[in-house]
Amino acid sequence: MKVVLQNVDIIHPEEKINLKGVSVLLNDGLISEIGELTKNEIEGVKEFDFSGKILVPGLFDMHVHLREPGREDEETVTTGCNSAAAGGFTGVACMPNTEPAIDTAEIVKFIKEQASNHLVDVYPVAAASLGRKGEIISPMAELVDAGAVAFSDDGVAIKNSSVLRRAFEYANMFNSPIIEHCEDESIADGAMNEGINSTLLGLPGLPSVAEDIIVSRDILMAEYTGGRIHIAHISTKNSVNLVREAKKKGIKVTAEVTPHHFTLTDDAVKTYDTNMKMNPPLRTQEDIDAIVKGLKDGTIDCIASDHAPHSLEEKESEFQFAPNGIVGFETTVGLALSELLHKNKLSIEELIKKLSINPRKILNLPIPKFEVGALANFTIIDPNLVWTVDISKFKSKSKNSPFNKKLLTGKALAVVNKKKIFFDDKWIDLSGA
Amino acid sequence: MALSIRHLLGLQGVSKEDIQTILDTAHTFREILERPIKKVPTLQGKTIVNLFYESSTRTRISFELAEKRLSADAINFSVSGSSVSKGETFKDTIKNIEAMKVDMVVVRHSAAGTPLYLTKISNSNIINAGDGTHEHPTQALLDMYSIRQKLGRLDGLKICIVGDIAHSRVALSNIFGLKTMGAKVSVCGPSTMIPRDINDLGVDVIYNIDEAIQENDVLNILRIQLERKAREYFPSIREYAKYFGITQERLDKNGKDILILHPGPINRGVELSSEVADGSNQIILYQVTNGVAIRMAVLYLLGTLN
Repeated sequence: MKVVLQNVDIIHPEEKINLKGVSVLLNDGLISEIGELTKNEIEGVKEFDFSGKILVPGLFDMHVHLREPGREDEETVTTGCNSAAAGGFTGVACMPNTEPAIDTAEIVKFIKEQASNHLVDVYPVAAASLGRKGEIISPMAELVDAGAVAFSDDGVAIKNSSVLRRAFEYANMFNSPIIEHCEDESIADGAMNEGINSTLLGLPGLPSVAEDIIVSRDILMAEYTGGRIHIAHISTKNSVNLVREAKKKGIKVTAEVTPHHFTLTDDAVKTYDTNMKMNPPLRTQEDIDAIVKGLKDGTIDCIASDHAPHSLEEKESEFQFAPNGIVGFETTVGLALSELLHKNKLSIEELIKKLSINPRKILNLPIPKFEVGALANFTIIDPNLVWTVDISKFKSKSKNSPFNKKLLTGKALAVVNKKKIFFDDKWIDLSGA
Repeated sequence: MALSIRHLLGLQGVSKEDIQTILDTAHTFREILERPIKKVPTLQGKTIVNLFYESSTRTRISFELAEKRLSADAINFSVSGSSVSKGETFKDTIKNIEAMKVDMVVVRHSAAGTPLYLTKISNSNIINAGDGTHEHPTQALLDMYSIRQKLGRLDGLKICIVGDIAHSRVALSNIFGLKTMGAKVSVCGPSTMIPRDINDLGVDVIYNIDEAIQENDVLNILRIQLERKAREYFPSIREYAKYFGITQERLDKNGKDILILHPGPINRGVELSSEVADGSNQIILYQVTNGVAIRMAVLYLLGTLN
């Protein structure tokens, strides 16, 4: 079917497109025209008015947990994709710490199959080692053939440096990055950031140096092997500095940060709210300042949610015993715009790079094109919409968010991809002439 | 005077007036404990649950005795480990107990923050009997009461807490309470057992036990955990005893009258030599008796709030 999006501002930082108040005509889910449209051209065509809204290449979240297979009570590929679409994402890369882990071609194919009819593109990140045990590298060639876009033992770092070395060397044949959850487990037996707050709260501390040690080791190993390292959910000042120095030396390192790590400090743990528990833990204002600086100067390439659904039963426990992680799809855009755009830390172009362009580049995926004949893959954002987070409205199966009732400025309104549009809580099929 | 708090979760943030009230009230109950008939009808008809998720002998008995002395109906509920391993969630356990109409809950739990969580899901008055490595307020209150009785004041006294500060709820509650009451607090122990950010709490750190003895009016000696996990923090019990243990020789050498407290149970020959543990400086059993009076005071003050 034909639809026209009216009066929208288009921003595509990669293609240097910046248009104000234009119209976009879609036909069969493809871009059919961009610019001024005549009355004849839109005669009888379904219209959407997006005055004051911006249209950007479809957002991409490169660090999410869809929990399927294994924990379908917390999330499935379908509910996760619904949540992603509601949050403004047209593509996601899902982490392999499922049960069983994503370490065979069959599981990669299974996940892709689950998402095949969904608007959201799902790209599995496969385990770097068999069963994420850190002992033997996974069958990476087969996994890449099946559709894996990167390798990670996320949840833990690859403990053994020899296995890490082989993972880098082997993955390099496919130019695939190794995504590392950087944490030295031998000194990371804690429940929150180690510091004055952990002392005051009597909670075991998780020191920032546990992250810094593995970031250092991984950067050195990436340099030695020529492999690609992607630092997942960077959270400390020292780690940001290490990545900055490594980039200057030309080492193939990239990094992501979650919205909660640039929004909240460990002060938020004072209520012992288990939705403030994640790994890496919430750090200090000094770390947030370093992260914002790293986002600004390009040290940190992207923003990823680390969407980690957990059941209410599991989260409703003593802080020390509660599982790590929070859901993030439906608050990421709002937090990024509120904390970074509206506080004048990053421009909208910089944000779009970090939320759409850079993650795709890191994973060797094509960037959506804004040209006639291209498949429409974009997100429409209202950067100024003031709204209140309401977990009961989340599309995700899980509601473990620390941001319930938080007032945010900026929200994704609609997503278009794979000949479908999701807007105003409705799915519309765009296929056919 | 009535307390401004509804629960006793810790001593962080508790006002000087409230602490004063608890100590003064304990003093009147202390007198009752010397009578031939040690029971008063103050909390008759009140039901108090002692919810012990972590094993404890002396604290539980002390609370139970305090409850009985006040004529409250005391119920003991003991489980080991966390609620998770039991199958029933902690919240469900609490809801079940509360459905039986209780007035107060005394809680001991291995997880920090559990008493605060209880205040959110329960209508009872909550008393923290020790949560993880967070706080143990009644222990600190009985320590403070004992010091005040022996030395006549807290304000301006120099008090050093000795031992594993990083993993001690007794240390943290003592630091908060004593500082509020105007004492000068320091800590002494192996550097691996001192939290990195302890200076932010306004306490001095001493690594030399002789210096700690010379410079202070009171030493509060903590029990050293002897199990393997705790042993990661110091090389050997022998080395700990040699460099941080209090011996009579050390006290004599530093030649001054110093008051020695210990929350018990004591590792004789480790943090205290037997001579010191039974000597004239220590007030260990006096603390135990005062513990009942302090817990009576806290139960009475919270139990009679409207």
